[in-house]
Amino acid sequence: MVSVISTETVTRPGQDAALPPPLSPSLLVWRRFKRHKAALVGAGILIFLALLAILAPLIAGWRGQDHEAVDLFNRFQPASAAHPLGTDDLGRDLLLRLIYGGRISLFVGLVTACLTASLGTVIGLISGWYGGRTDAFLMRLCDGWISLPLLPVLIVLAAVDPTKVGLPMAIAKSPDLSLYRIVLIISLVAWTTSARLVRGVTLTLKTRDFVQAAVAQGASTARILFVHILPNALSPILVAATLASGNIILLESTLSFLGLGIQPPVASWGNILTNAQEIIWSQPMQAIYPGILIFATVISLNFVGDGLQDAFDPRTEGR
Amino acid sequence: MTRFLSIRFLQASIVVLVMSFVVYGLIGLMPGDPIDIMLAGDPNMTAADAARLRAVYGLDRSILERYLDWLGGAINGDFGYSRQHHQPVLTIVLPRLLNTLYLMICAFLISVAVAIPAGVYAARHPRSLVDQAINLFCFAGISLPVFFLALLLIILFAVVLGVLPAGGMKTIGESSFGDRLRYLVLPVATLTIANIAQVTRYVRSGMIEVLREDYIRTARAKGANENRVVWRHALRNAMIPTVTIMALECGTLLSGALITETMFSYLGMGKLIFDSILANDFNVALIGLLFACSVTLVLNLIADLLYAALDPRISYR
Repeated sequence: MVSVISTETVTRPGQDAALPPPLSPSLLVWRRFKRHKAALVGAGILIFLALLAILAPLIAGWRGQDHEAVDLFNRFQPASAAHPLGTDDLGRDLLLRLIYGGRISLFVGLVTACLTASLGTVIGLISGWYGGRTDAFLMRLCDGWISLPLLPVLIVLAAVDPTKVGLPMAIAKSPDLSLYRIVLIISLVAWTTSARLVRGVTLTLKTRDFVQAAVAQGASTARILFVHILPNALSPILVAATLASGNIILLESTLSFLGLGIQPPVASWGNILTNAQEIIWSQPMQAIYPGILIFATVISLNFVGDGLQDAFDPRTEGR
Repeated sequence: MTRFLSIRFLQASIVVLVMSFVVYGLIGLMPGDPIDIMLAGDPNMTAADAARLRAVYGLDRSILERYLDWLGGAINGDFGYSRQHHQPVLTIVLPRLLNTLYLMICAFLISVAVAIPAGVYAARHPRSLVDQAINLFCFAGISLPVFFLALLLIILFAVVLGVLPAGGMKTIGESSFGDRLRYLVLPVATLTIANIAQVTRYVRSGMIEVLREDYIRTARAKGANENRVVWRHALRNAMIPTVTIMALECGTLLSGALITETMFSYLGMGKLIFDSILANDFNVALIGLLFACSVTLVLNLIADLLYAALDPRISYR
């Protein structure tokens, strides 16, 4: 926890002139993070992929290609200067589709991780602060969710017809619907980890003096929870969200692969692989590229999460 | 103990009951109306016929009425008919459940047999080369999408090497055990790899924690054999958190089984749930999902009981 680390670096003026100037807490965290080599490499890979995703329209303009334009005369072209990874079953440039797919997959991972972390944080704060029946109910709900087989439940949720739940036609027929839907349903099932984490922190902090002082001063519950307690939980939340975003990308790609996630012609790493099983006999490499990208992203996120954990909490290092 | 068991059973039944209602409601929200599907198959049907059919199947009533009706039947062992297979639901679901259990038990046993020695070794030699290799493997295992792992295995063993079948349950006209086994290798391997990675991580971190404890030093100081210290004194305590995780992992295993079965055309529960949802075969999907939930809940209960068996300090009276 950041607040604990900062106490190590307090130096009084004139106490020891030979000491180097104190390091800021974030610099200390960065120094420890740097020691985790795999996390550094992972962060590099993630930054590279994120840059590609952000620059996708520029790359498309520069190459003069459209990632959704079908060209049936050029199906399954081998790798060439125009198509560095060849073309797919509809004659589209595979490299460009992978870059655009990354845009979707990374976006889903980032947005959903933020949503689940916020949802879990609010539930955890309420559960830990109020205790009693509220806590018991929320935690049983948590246990119930965890005991469900995740993927079958997600498949049922993904198959729900949006017009039958009363969504207006304009939204139900929009091409971005599958994107919003996947963000929503994964958030619905993935909030449990951060909820438990935040509940634990809240429980330990609520009897501490500084929280009691805030209560005595008449601070509102919202102020105590968000100004006094939440900052102490931020670093574990950040670690959990990083690790969760890896899982979210896995879930998104799996659902898209099954045809229940992101719908074509919008590309995602998962749905590029949808037809992979038919083409592995003729074009095995086409099935391998998107998988490698998913793998690289998720393992990088896991390593970065691991590195952040060590950096924030030196006691866990090497475990 | 009896009290604990009965409370837990009551809780589990409530979860299954709530689940059945939620899933029943969700399935009603899926695209495709059973009557519309019938109409599409028969151009001679009129609107009046459709209304009559709706009344016959009770589809003109509210969702709550229909659910209570279904529940009444289900309690008496009548789960309805499959729209797709024209057979009672249980006749279809039970053999599939058995196939999935084979798959899961194989995967579970193999992953425990590999993960415990690997995790213990890594914990005994932290930061060694082998530990780092195991760590890398674990990270890779939890980061690899199951469907992609299945694809890689199919490409390697079925397409490139051509030594194992790419999918299915058995060669037609062959009924030997060896043949059946050949078809199990790839699905089990797919399911096992991610599971080994997960379990190894927990065994390792549990063991590292326990090996620092004072009673381990005491055991060594009084001259206990190192193997005895590690495998009896330490492992037993390290297993307490691990057992819970492994039971929860079975839920993951079930999710993995859905993908694995779909990829390898293995006729199990996961593929059945997936196919019946896509084919609007609601009765089968409903029972499939409820069975899947029940299996996970039972496993969680077993984990709690094992917990007490491993740690005498925990008792459920």
